[in-house]
Amino acid sequence: MSQYILLRHREIPNLGKLEVYRQNDGFQAFYKAVTSMKPEEVIEVVKASGLRGRGGAGFPTGMKWAFVDRHNWPHYVVANADESEPGTFKDREIMENNPFQFLEGVAIAAYAVQANVAYIYLRGEFWQIAHQLDQRIAELYASGLLGDNLFGTDYSLRIYTHLGAGAYICGEETAMLESLEGKLGQPRLRPPFPPSYGLFGKPTVVNNVETLTNVPLIVANGASWYRQYGTEKSPGTKIFCLSGRINRPGNYELPLGTTFRQLIYEHGGGIPEGRQIKAIMPAGASSSLIIATDEALDTPMDYESVPNVGAALGSASLIIIDDTVSIPWLINKTIHFFKHESCGKCTPCREGTYWMMHLTERIAGGAATWEDVELLKDVASQMKGKCLCALGEFSIEAVLSGIERFKGDFEAQVGATQAAAEELPVPAD
Amino acid sequence: MNHLEEKYADEIQAILAKYPEEQKRAAVMPLLYLAQRETGYITRQSMNDIAQILELTPTEVASIVGFYTLYYDQPGGKYRIQVCTDLPCALRGAEEFLEKLCENLGIRVGETTPDGLVTVEKVMCLAGCDKAPLFQVQTGAGLEYHENQTVESALSYIDTLRKRER
Repeated sequence: MSQYILLRHREIPNLGKLEVYRQNDGFQAFYKAVTSMKPEEVIEVVKASGLRGRGGAGFPTGMKWAFVDRHNWPHYVVANADESEPGTFKDREIMENNPFQFLEGVAIAAYAVQANVAYIYLRGEFWQIAHQLDQRIAELYASGLLGDNLFGTDYSLRIYTHLGAGAYICGEETAMLESLEGKLGQPRLRPPFPPSYGLFGKPTVVNNVETLTNVPLIVANGASWYRQYGTEKSPGTKIFCLSGRINRPGNYELPLGTTFRQLIYEHGGGIPEGRQIKAIMPAGASSSLIIATDEALDTPMDYESVPNVGAALGSASLIIIDDTVSIPWLINKTIHFFKHESCGKCTPCREGTYWMMHLTERIAGGAATWEDVELLKDVASQMKGKCLCALGEFSIEAVLSGIERFKGDFEAQVGATQAAAEELPVPAD
Repeated sequence: MNHLEEKYADEIQAILAKYPEEQKRAAVMPLLYLAQRETGYITRQSMNDIAQILELTPTEVASIVGFYTLYYDQPGGKYRIQVCTDLPCALRGAEEFLEKLCENLGIRVGETTPDGLVTVEKVMCLAGCDKAPLFQVQTGAGLEYHENQTVESALSYIDTLRKRER
């Protein structure tokens, strides 16, 4: 069997050209769906495949599609191409190199929920990718693969790109919908969830790029074909983004259930300069820090197993930390990010990330006492479960797990400066 | 017809056609990019024009400009060089890269070179963590990525820009 379901361009040269994509059965699955399958049958196949959302939450894709309210029309599909999590760069590779498989996935999802319009929301930094996609979408109209009365049926579909403008929060699905509506990218109160109240208040499916790119091959080859990859509860392959202190950073498409050790040492070539691995962040900056013990390294990377070693698989963006890295420095970096990206709607997140930034700066800068570490823990704990979306929640993962699991780093950092305790820093901005 | 409409009539129509007629507010982001195309920033007048086209208040349009980081209401260098220094990039030397780049250009982070050519900024994750250090170059007309950079390669790129603008 072929090594790739998603990164097929690595095996098939020029797969980004429509002609080549079609020579490799491209758009056969969409044709088959529209001409010979009922929308419900498409949803059933995707349900049976066990495909789970690849954006981070791991929610079953077919179930999400089935939730779309059939009494309220029109329906929309929005592809989440906002890829902004530090450590994540997989959707970019798909859209740059295997764009038609992604677009076919968007089209099949739209047919399955009977949407006649789909939007691709890309982060503003993906300006070039958006322009390439626009050209490719134009080719699809010209080839009769998008547009009105497709393949002689009464089904019509248009796909549009929409560029964000630099806001991590817009990767959160309800903030993305707000942004697409021309408003500030701030999350909505849920429920109602997008399948009942989404874009322009209409039932909407929001799926990640990688998730959608799985769909054409699932519809073409069937659920049991898909299930030969991965584990029973986490079927399929996943693109693991490998970054940080690693010899061969990059994207690796591997079956779910591959162990950390296999990815880091066999595929990623291990840690540079013969250093020791210290910690792993498996879900980018939003991740808890896993202590890189033998037990952790031998853990399979799937949605069920990673929590056993104290983190979530999330988007599978592994940031590798070696023994030269100080954890207080690291959490100062991640908190800087979240402080900058907090949208400001919920007070615990807006204020919490702000104070955590000042505290982590002070700790990392060697001007803190243990009381500051305790205060940091206290601020972080107070944010838990108090915000509309997960951003605030994500921001404290590395903080709390870092203090708990790498206490020695914090003790070393404050030990030398116990006597130099100062007042809390006065906010500078 | 206001100034923006006169200038970009066809493009504005094409943008509006992407969204349901009763939801034209959705066009605010693409219209802001359009307004920013020539000068690299969005003037008060453009915000007023967009507000008029979309039946919004100028304040609503200004709030969008303020919320999103890729829109500017003040002029900067013709080329904005934006370096990511988030965790994965920092683990691959991006902070040192940024510092040395600025040192060589004789400016601090956030400043513009005296000739008005280049503004160097520190930005959040660009989804290129495996190819750090990297930066994106933003002009009014768009964005491009420069990956696997060294201080030397970045400076030689800036040199080409300088020659091109002469």
